Amino acid sequence: MFQFILRRLSLVIPTFFGITLLTFTLIHMIPGDPIEVMAGERGVSAERHAMLSAELGFDQPLYIQYFRYVGGVLQGDLGNSLVTRTPVLDEFLALFPATVELSICAALFAIFIGLPAGIIAAVKRGTIFDHSVMTVSLTGYSMPIFWWALLLMLIFSVNLGWTPVSGRIDVVYWIDNTTGFMLIDTWLSDEEGAFTSAVSHLILPSIVLGTIPMAVIARMTRSSMLEVLSEDYIRTARSKGIAPWRVIVIHALRNALIPVITVIGLQVGILLSGAILTETVFAWPGIGKWLIESIGRRDYPVVQGGILIVATIIIVVNLLVDIMYGVINPRIRHSH
Amino acid sequence: MSTKQMTVAEETMVAPVPRTPLQEFWHYFKSNKGAVAGLVFIVFICFLALFADFVAPHSPSVQARDALLLPPAWLDGGSWHYFLGTDDVGRDILSRLIHGARLSIAVGIVSVTFSLFLGILLGLTAGYCKGIIDTTIMRIIDIMLAMPSLLLAIAIVAILGPSIINAALAISIVSLPHYVRLTRAATMTEMSRDYVTSSRVIGASPLRLMFICILPNCLAPLIVQATLGFSTAILDMAALGFLGLGAQPPTPEWGSMLADALQFVQRAWWVVTFPGVMILITVLAFNLMGDGLRDALDPKLKQ
Repeated sequence: MFQFILRRLSLVIPTFFGITLLTFTLIHMIPGDPIEVMAGERGVSAERHAMLSAELGFDQPLYIQYFRYVGGVLQGDLGNSLVTRTPVLDEFLALFPATVELSICAALFAIFIGLPAGIIAAVKRGTIFDHSVMTVSLTGYSMPIFWWALLLMLIFSVNLGWTPVSGRIDVVYWIDNTTGFMLIDTWLSDEEGAFTSAVSHLILPSIVLGTIPMAVIARMTRSSMLEVLSEDYIRTARSKGIAPWRVIVIHALRNALIPVITVIGLQVGILLSGAILTETVFAWPGIGKWLIESIGRRDYPVVQGGILIVATIIIVVNLLVDIMYGVINPRIRHSH
Repeated sequence: MSTKQMTVAEETMVAPVPRTPLQEFWHYFKSNKGAVAGLVFIVFICFLALFADFVAPHSPSVQARDALLLPPAWLDGGSWHYFLGTDDVGRDILSRLIHGARLSIAVGIVSVTFSLFLGILLGLTAGYCKGIIDTTIMRIIDIMLAMPSLLLAIAIVAILGPSIINAALAISIVSLPHYVRLTRAATMTEMSRDYVTSSRVIGASPLRLMFICILPNCLAPLIVQATLGFSTAILDMAALGFLGLGAQPPTPEWGSMLADALQFVQRAWWVVTFPGVMILITVLAFNLMGDGLRDALDPKLKQ
């Protein structure tokens, strides 16, 4: 097991350095001089330009700049935002809980709807229920989620007035930022109605962000269940007279869930991508909105750092999924 | 030569007229109702895209100052002159949607062709050469896969500057890894087959082996992936347009039409609804057809 984890890790480390190289190259491919971007429209004199250039290390050869950058990254220094002058990592850490909270709720929505729908569709194969699940999931899979967000907002917020239009909580509440997770913070605070307000702000964004993962999970669960249900051991279990629900829940589901768990783990990338669009529509103060706004403001250190962190999170999650897969399935652990 | 002999042999053995591969494919494909519906819609969209100038009732950019935010024809205050209503500067929504189809299909064709071409080249090389070349290519692909595709596309567009061409380029770069992986996997399977060994023994050059012997046998999964690639390209294009990083106004692109309409969500639902419906149905059509193609081309599922 230990060897298996080491082998996986040895594959991940070069990928991480590859990503630092990629973000470094991307930023250096941007046309224009970073110092002039910093100076804005006023411009800088030639002496001041040379001084800043030396101070920020832009006069060094590219490979030295890259090694300095990687050295900084390894010490948690991702540079400062050109606009707010605060460290990129601090800005990221302040906004990250909002995205995590939204993503977790979206994932829960996707799992609680997608998993049972997929199981029932497989058990009742060929029925109207099965066809409806497949139609809904294919539609969800094809959904432009920014439009889906607008549509739900139009129906439930504007026309019916059931949920608020945007943000994380009503402006009337002032919540201490203890954990950064609005649900926990409002739960801990004494403000009457703050928790309900936080929940109602979360509903639509979670549904929107969870739609594509839900569709993927439902499809995957159905096909995985269908495969397992045609196995011999299921027929044996049935012929022994075990209750039908027991065959499905105890015998079939356990094996069918293995590929589904992998698929759920792989949704993290989709969630973080989707967060960019969902957060933009719902004015959700998370890292997706932050990245898009930074691109608009040409705040390149933020873009560079943000992309690097997001990519790193995805590699780490994929690594964990890989390891978990190895724990569940020994055949993978021992194959080379 | 060998295929000819095989069909002759089959003809003598099987009494009814055997189907050509194309007929057989069509037989399986048409039994999938969803896939046929997808195909029909795609043909329809392509027709609209090709003949947008003749089909569209109005110009996509002409602004009718006396008809701002006009509702669709069947609602109170609507006019049959503007069937799906008009937007905030009085442009006909139906005409903009039809011209938008041209853009979406064009972006789909450009980005799928580009990533298919490059993906086949890299995948074949990696699968054929193995060793250090394979490892290098696959490491780079792994790095690209670690990035969420939309984020990478956004980063590329942010560097190149927002425009349709750059967005199409970004989308094709982002979808490259899937083609490379598929081609590589298929190539490695084919490499161990006897026909490849025998061609090699006869003295076929590496290039001939790669492109004439192996490639045609790897095409089935690539065709499916290319179809599904259209749907991702159209979705990503719309997302980039929506974020203001794709087509620039006044280009009639479905995603940027939605972005323009954001501020009128509460007053005029039609400016928001119709572009989204177009994106959804078109993407759905490509996904349905891709699923149908996969079932029809996969010999394992045929029985």
